[in-house]
Order: sequence, then structure tokens, then C-alpha cells
Amino acid sequence: MAISSQRSSDGSQSYSLYLIPGVIGFILIVLIPQLANIGLSFTAWKGVGTPRPVGLQNYHRLLADDQFWGSMYHTLLFIVSMTVIPVCIGLVLAALLFDYVRDQFGEWVSSFFRAGFYLPQILPVTVAGVLWGWILNPVGVINITLKAIGLDNLAQNWIGDATYALAAVSLVIVWIQVGYCLVVFMAGLSRIDPSLYEAADLDGANWWSRLVTLTIPLLAPEIFVVVLTTLIAALKVFAPIFVITAGGPDNSTLVPSYLTYYHFFTTQRVGYAAAIAVVQTTLTIALAVIFLRFQSRQESKG
Amino acid sequence: MAYSVLSDGKTKAKATAAADGARRDSMRWVVLAILILLLAFTLFPFFLALLNAFKASAEYAVGGPLSIPRSIDLTAIEKFWTVSDFSRKLLNSVVISLAVSVLGVLISLFNAYAIGVGKVPGSRVILVVFLLGIMVPQESIIYPLYYMAKASGLYDTQLSVIIIFAVLQSAFGTYLLSTVLSTFPKEILEAAEMDGSTHWKTLWFVVVPVLRPTLMVLGTFFFIWTWNEFLIPLVMLVSNNNQTVSVAMGLTRGQNMSDPVLQASAAFLGIIPTVIFFLIFQRTLTRGIAAGAVK
Repeated sequence: MAISSQRSSDGSQSYSLYLIPGVIGFILIVLIPQLANIGLSFTAWKGVGTPRPVGLQNYHRLLADDQFWGSMYHTLLFIVSMTVIPVCIGLVLAALLFDYVRDQFGEWVSSFFRAGFYLPQILPVTVAGVLWGWILNPVGVINITLKAIGLDNLAQNWIGDATYALAAVSLVIVWIQVGYCLVVFMAGLSRIDPSLYEAADLDGANWWSRLVTLTIPLLAPEIFVVVLTTLIAALKVFAPIFVITAGGPDNSTLVPSYLTYYHFFTTQRVGYAAAIAVVQTTLTIALAVIFLRFQSRQESKG
Repeated sequence: MAYSVLSDGKTKAKATAAADGARRDSMRWVVLAILILLLAFTLFPFFLALLNAFKASAEYAVGGPLSIPRSIDLTAIEKFWTVSDFSRKLLNSVVISLAVSVLGVLISLFNAYAIGVGKVPGSRVILVVFLLGIMVPQESIIYPLYYMAKASGLYDTQLSVIIIFAVLQSAFGTYLLSTVLSTFPKEILEAAEMDGSTHWKTLWFVVVPVLRPTLMVLGTFFFIWTWNEFLIPLVMLVSNNNQTVSVAMGLTRGQNMSDPVLQASAAFLGIIPTVIFFLIFQRTLTRGIAAGAVK
């Protein structure tokens, strides 16, 4: 952006001065590191000395790395607990609160429920991890309670046993995510004309058919935004894994972000970690582009 | 989807209402009961932390996690507070989060002023690049940032974290404020121009007062997001004196497994600030989310 000394008639030149802090910040904090990371992914480097160029070697290794493929597979499973389940629960809850509870019990009750379900969403994930870790650990709340009511054989090592760890972490993620979906959907419903619902009601449409024929189509833009943001978040799950299971037991909850962190700062295989991060970034951008294409096509269809 | 209201819709509805009345009455209590159960499940972990944070260890050993404490025992809370130097962690979190919200809002405001009001050429491209830039996982920039911080002497300083988050979060802020500012009444701006106001004065005396509620919401968002951030502070802030609450919590994993009451206290102390923000900002936040939703 060349700033000429000649002010253009609309004064947009002097307006572009206001972009300087933001653009410089972006170049320093996002653009240069991003490019540096791509560059690093073609090298072997221990974090000291000079990186040694190795071409595509890191990427070849990736494709043969079971840990990497395992982490990708877990990402697919986390899409279920990050996106699919919370969106479904959020839709039903939002429709219930908006289209039933509000009429039956009043605005206050509906707001109270919304606030309650939203609370886990603003809790720092690390705190959620400490909280659930304490509930789920072998001598934690769940197992003590099971033993107290004589169901000893149901007590499991929820986060220390590869059979259950992924399900346990998924439960925590669902618990965190439902509030986000609910609040966005309810915000979307507030722009919908209630007379539509009244008309449907008079036509004898029951609650479920109103959900399917009215609420879901009307909420399409919000569902779209929530699905996109949560899918992208699913590709980046890190804190819950770090805090609750550290990727274990036996890599059963390993995710790409944790693998990247581990190679950057534990094994010091910087180039390799950078390659994993590049794959993650590529997937994220691809996802965003596909979604935005799809959205603009939907809009042009009207 | 157009619904035709039948001409006799009202009478029909009345008839069904009478027939359904009894069934609906019990129905509403069933729905409410299910919702209450779900909410109880959602809030139960919070309740558990509250129930056990003030329990004496001996009492926990006897009565387990579900018993009501007979007395308020502050041993575990005090122990966690001292061991983790919690006052320090709280102060660090407050300083970092506040600085990020002020700086982040400022950068967002400047960007949005140029894009939304100034209609600077290439605005759309800038917005898309910014948003793509923050969409990508933080792992893809963390190592270069870590290296740059070490090279510039900013490693293990709160300033490094403040700069990084102010820039990262300003992308969302720029997007939100540009949308708001692109609909800013032209007449007001033109009137200010007529009065010989400079862009700088117009920004501070015309635009900012109108945007104040939105800026507050944005600042709130930035504060809470920064408070909850984990990966970048974990990497950048290695010394105990600089760490945030979120990082301190993330590192307690498994340390207190043998001391459940201590774990409950840790969780409880981690929850308290969130609940306070929640109560203060509840209205601001929901209004803010509505503002950010697709129109």
C-alpha cells in the first residue's frame, strides 16, 4: 500500500494510515511466523544452529507415522463430540426454550436455562480439565460414588484406560460445547417473527414438525456459522487433551495439536512438528474455503 | 414456507385446546423436568467443586464427595492458594487480559475506521486475510513466535503475550466493527467534515461515542478469551511469576490426585473468576453474541 503525498479526493489515503498498526502487527505476529513455519517444515532442526534443508522428508515420514494417523482419526471422532452432538442438542434445546418454555413458563425461565447451559462454555478449558479430571480419575468422584452404592464392578479407570479415555474426553467436550450452540441459536431465533409459529400452531403443526419445518430452515445461517466454527475448533483441540490425558493412555487420545506441541517442545523435532502444523493449517483453510464457496452458492440460489 | 391460517382456525384451535388441555398440562411439567435434569447434569460439576472445596480431608475420606460438609474448613483452599501463589496468578491474568482488551479494541477500531468508514481500497481482501490468519491453528505460528521472542528478549515477559493476543483478537474485532461501521450514517460524518473536523477528531468525538456499547462488548470478549487462553501463555510464560491462572490450572494435572479435596479447591478457585465475569457480563455478552450473529 503506497501512500502517495497527493491526497485523493475521497481522503481514503489518510484513512489508510489507520491500518498501519493492525497491518504491521498482523505481518509480525501472523504472516512472518506462518511463512517461517512452512519453511521450517522442509528442514531438520533441533531449535539451535542452522536448520538443515531436507525437502519433503518430514512429509514422507508423516504419511508413515502411526501416531499422526491415529491423531487424525481421533480428530474425526472429536468432530462428533465438538460439532454433531452439540449442534443437535443445541437445536432441540433452543427450540424447546424458544417455542415452548417461553410460552408455558415465561421469558425469565427460558433465560435462566440458557444462562445455566452457557456457563461451561466460558469456563477456562484448563479449569474444566481440573474439574473433570478430579471427577473421572481412578479414585475420583464417579468411582467413589459407584463403590458407595455397591456397583464396584462398574468403576473403571475412565481416563487411564485406553478403552474409555476417548469417550470420557468427548463427554467433557460436549459438556463445554452445548452452551455455545444454544446461545447462538437462541440469538438467531430472536430475529424470527413469532407469528410464523402461531400460524403453524393453528394449522395443527406439533412441536416436532415446527422444529423440522420452521426452526431448522430459518436457523440455516446460524447453523452454518456454528458448524464451521466448531469444525475448525475440532481440528485444533488441545487444552482438554493436555490437561485431562496428555494424549494418553497409549496415545488413545492423541490429537494433531498435542503431537505438534510434543515434537516442538519435548522431542525438539522442530521441522517435523512444523510439517504437522502445516497439514493442520491446510486442512483448516480448505474447510473454510469449501464452506464459504458453499455458502455463496446457496445465497446465489436464493 | 407459507402457512395458510384456516378460516375456522380459531374455533378449531379452541376445540383442540380444550381436548388437549389436560394432556398439555402434564406435558409441560414433563418437559420442565427433563430440562431441569439436563441442567442439573450441566451444573453438577460446579456444585461438586463448591461442596468439596471447604471440606476437611478427614470428612471427605469418611463421607465421600457427595456428603454435605459439617463445617467450613479452609485448609485446602489456603494450601492451594499458597502453593500455587494464586494472588500472583490472578494479578497476571488481570493485567494481561485488561491490556489485551484495551490494545485489541484500539487496533480493531483503527482498522475498522479505515475499512468501514474510509472504504480503503482492498478492504475486503484485508478482512479475508485477517480472518484466515486467525482461523489457522496457533501451533503453526507458535514456534517462530517463541524463537522471535527469545531473539528479541521478550521471551517470558507478559508483554509478548499481550502483543500476540491483541493482534490475533483484533482480526475478529476488525470484522465485527467494520460491519457495524459500514452502516454508520453518512450524514453525521459529512456534517463533521463540514465543521472542519479532521479524521482523527471525527473518530474520537463522533464515531467512538456512538460505538461505545459495541466497544464494551468487544472488550469483554477479548478479556474473557485472553483469560482462558492456554497454548501461547503455556509456551511463552515459563517462570512461575509470570504465569496466568489458566496456565497454572493446566499444569496442576495429576499433582493432587492423592488429595481430592485439594483438587476440588483448585477447581473451585478456577471457577470463581469465571462466575464473577459471568454475572457482571451476562447481559453484555448475550447482547454481543446477538450483534455478532448473522443478520
